[in-house]
Amino acid sequence: MVDNSEFDDIPGTTVFTAQRSHEGFHLNQFCMSLKSAANRERFKSDERTYLDEWPMTEAQKQAVLERDYNAMISLGGNIYFLAKIFATDGQSFQSAAAKMAGMSVDDYAAMMLHGGRSPDGVRSKTEDR
Amino acid sequence: MARITAGVTTSHVPAIGAALDRGEDKSDYWAPLFAGYEWSKKWIAEERPDVVVLIYNDHATAFSLECIPTFAIGCADEFAIADEGFGARPVPTVIGHPELACHMAQSLILDEFDMTVMNQMEVDHGLTVPMSLMFGRVESWPVRVVPIAVNVVQYPPPTGERCFKLGQAIRRAVHSFDEDLNVQVWGTGGMSHQLQGPRAGLINQPFDHAFLENMNANPTALRAISHLEYLREAGSEGIELVMWLIMRGALSEQCNELHRFYHVPASNTAVGHLILESPLDEETT
Repeated sequence: MVDNSEFDDIPGTTVFTAQRSHEGFHLNQFCMSLKSAANRERFKSDERTYLDEWPMTEAQKQAVLERDYNAMISLGGNIYFLAKIFATDGQSFQSAAAKMAGMSVDDYAAMMLHGGRSPDGVRSKTEDR
Repeated sequence: MARITAGVTTSHVPAIGAALDRGEDKSDYWAPLFAGYEWSKKWIAEERPDVVVLIYNDHATAFSLECIPTFAIGCADEFAIADEGFGARPVPTVIGHPELACHMAQSLILDEFDMTVMNQMEVDHGLTVPMSLMFGRVESWPVRVVPIAVNVVQYPPPTGERCFKLGQAIRRAVHSFDEDLNVQVWGTGGMSHQLQGPRAGLINQPFDHAFLENMNANPTALRAISHLEYLREAGSEGIELVMWLIMRGALSEQCNELHRFYHVPASNTAVGHLILESPLDEETT
């Protein structure tokens, strides 16, 4: 039996396994539909109606409406698929990353300019390193 | 006979393509990044490769979650530029080399690498940003491309060891193609970065510098890096570095490092770039 419990030891990180891919299939396929400019327009004009065309869970739909990317990831979303949502919103990858990190866009950008987030202390919860 | 003469590695951050397309490449933020590729552009203009075997990953573009091939090879005449959610990049269509690609597909599968054959495929920033970095803004790309897409979106990607061995099989495939072709292999993606969750923004410069050094000095050490180590040390998206090992496996054991560049940040990512010259060894002469 595959054992992915070691991934839970990495702070602030969700690994997109086959199980998560299964759980998030319709959420991610909805995101994929936003590759089409016509679909982006339809989504923007009435997000709820567009989402209701997909067999997603209510929690997944709410997370999309609230643009809560961490919640979407916890419900099976994959970041490369979710990127279609913030692209549709005209938002940069960096602004979405800042939001997921719980930081302001300016603070996050400053962190990146100063070399990014150090791995020290965020490699392993149990080993505290 | 076709010959692999050199390998290139580079990150393929989408914001780099956007900066170039908007004419922001001379800005304070982006100029230092593009400066790291000036030597490379002059070098490749002199090298004039006929074909690039371009190792990259698709980012929810050609492959949705309906079908997730671990290794896919593009055998089409040409590859259209995809709309990734913000309109297609204004860059030329990518021209394939179907004769070489079909030969490689057959050779690789009989060599026990079960490639998915793509007779039609759109390509995204994973492929076009490295092209832009190496060739700049052009009316048409001065090289034909055999795209090889590697799954690094859904866990697990292929291991680094498996990737290195695929590179070796690519070398055997290219070197058994009759036409005289100057072929380069490019490995793209990386270096350390994490695009998701509360740990987003992770950059590990010591890990990246060691990786750059060992690409030529000690690739054996890189082949042994586990997925868990990539995830911990290089971030959830830094695991893309396995694709660099396909490039390394396709080169001679002894290479000459011609160029090295490292820059932080490009958006959320540490950018690494290497050019390795691959002398013809006994096996191929």
